Amino acid sequence: MANRLTPYMFMAPAVIIMAIALMYPLGYMIWGSFRDWNPSQTIGEAEFVGLKNYIFLWSDPNFHESLGVTLRFAFFVVSIEMVIGVGLALLLDRDIRGISVLRTMFILPMMIAPVVVGLMWRYMYHPTVGTFNRFLDSVGLPRVDWLGDYALMSVIIADIWQWTPFIFILALAALQSLPRSALEAARIDGATPWQQIVHIKLPLMMPVLIVTALLRLIDAFKVLEVILVMTEGGPGLSTEILALRISRTATEFRELGVAAAMSNYLLILLLLLTVAMFAFNRWQEARAARLNAEIQEES
Amino acid sequence: MSSQNTRTNPAFYAVIALLVFMSVGPVILMFMNSFKLDVDIISGTSGLIFLPTIQNYEKALCDVLWYEPDHIDFCSLKFGGAFINSLIIALVSTVLTLVIGCMSAYALVRFRFMGRDTVSLTTLMVRMVPPAVLLVPVFGLWNNEFCLDRDGLIGGAIRDTFGGRGDVCLAGTHSGIILIYVAMNLPFVIWILQSFIVQVPRSLEEAARVDGAGPFQVFFKVVLPLIKPGLAAAAIFTFRIAWNEYLLASALSDRDTKTVPILIVNNMSEFNVEWGVIMATGMLLAIPPIIFTLLASRQIITGMTAGAVKG
Repeated sequence: MANRLTPYMFMAPAVIIMAIALMYPLGYMIWGSFRDWNPSQTIGEAEFVGLKNYIFLWSDPNFHESLGVTLRFAFFVVSIEMVIGVGLALLLDRDIRGISVLRTMFILPMMIAPVVVGLMWRYMYHPTVGTFNRFLDSVGLPRVDWLGDYALMSVIIADIWQWTPFIFILALAALQSLPRSALEAARIDGATPWQQIVHIKLPLMMPVLIVTALLRLIDAFKVLEVILVMTEGGPGLSTEILALRISRTATEFRELGVAAAMSNYLLILLLLLTVAMFAFNRWQEARAARLNAEIQEES
Repeated sequence: MSSQNTRTNPAFYAVIALLVFMSVGPVILMFMNSFKLDVDIISGTSGLIFLPTIQNYEKALCDVLWYEPDHIDFCSLKFGGAFINSLIIALVSTVLTLVIGCMSAYALVRFRFMGRDTVSLTTLMVRMVPPAVLLVPVFGLWNNEFCLDRDGLIGGAIRDTFGGRGDVCLAGTHSGIILIYVAMNLPFVIWILQSFIVQVPRSLEEAARVDGAGPFQVFFKVVLPLIKPGLAAAAIFTFRIAWNEYLLASALSDRDTKTVPILIVNNMSEFNVEWGVIMATGMLLAIPPIIFTLLASRQIITGMTAGAVKG
């Protein structure tokens, strides 16, 4: 008698909470995005304006700018982090004494609050008291206005500092769980280390790497606090990523309807990425399995 | 042979040393600066030689200190209270998320039931929802809809006892922030724990069931103890997000329920930045996650790989 109800009893709390605090708000947001809505009104009082918010954003130069910044940020962050992270994993994939201590050091940046990360980097980038400019002074080079002229680059560097270890650790784990037989066979056949990397290690790691990259990509669209603390989106709109723009539209410009529509655009973008992640994952798994079989046949 | 070569290669160790320096350097820099006076930070004559002082920490924590330091004439930074708020919110939401997430992860792995695939897929999908997207609806709902009406029985009772404006709403309370954190973290926790529960041998559970244990007893007495590493990893990740989150907390909190990140951001945007005090508050916010990292780095790494790779 209890048997059939048991799974539902286990599921109930999670389902109820997620329905109330995730699904309902998301629905509420979609509903609100069709309205001219400011924070002093309840949603019922707000006037229904149809697709006006979406159309307005479609031709809003500030939104375009912000979308462009977001895409550039995400692209550079993920690609640079992937190259450095995977490169380091390939380089450090050997028996080092104290690797666990090393990994502890590497995950430290990820665990610290984004707010604090922003704070540290804002200090280091500071035009007069900051670490970098002081260093440039001491070697006699001209100072650089990090958070002014090169704001986006500086923000990207900070994110690379924080999240490259994530990719490094996942890539290292993938590397260490590769089938030993394939590597062994390649070594016996006289493949150089470089050939081993290009023809064996990287293709076999690919499924994990793709998922890692997509996860990072999704996370890159969530970044907000680091940039908020470092530049507050400025100078101008040069670092105002979409998440920041949503929060400013809602709190500063008090246009909840527009902010909701913008959230929806972001959500659609992320949904596409998530679906791409699943599809790619399936496809790569099949491919990797085929490759694996081929390698085993050859050896 | 090649690995033998590089292992003895000093350049290899130089690379590692550089990497460690790069990843830990900024944290150490902040740590040292938090013990410096502003004068020392700005003049910056030397990075390493200075007289350490705890004045910055005293200034940050002035509202919970039991003595009154001489250098503070006015306690403007109510950091101690925010620290306590942060602790309450992060701890309660971590415990709730773990208990609830664990139960549903178990159900998803062990039982076949109607709606299982829907729940599973939804969990997977909502993982990608950024906090910024939740900002607008949560702000609206928590302020306007999730309220106890002034005419209602409970709402009226609360208002009569504690005073305040007419309706009693979720916004501005600890529970309001906790609710959204639990909901936000659940998908991730369920996802991670699934991969640990799968590894628990079924025979153990069946043996317990033969001995007459009910499903809840099996879960709490057999399954839970076996997935402790997974629980530790999930707990750390949940705590980290709840402890570090800024955006939603800033939209939902009022004067009395401010958390530490809000305080730091507010102080940061003021015109004249007091670097020493800011660094001290930053350090206080960073200390709990740093302690976790040092104590449980292996669990964190296991959780990270399990969470990312298992699809």
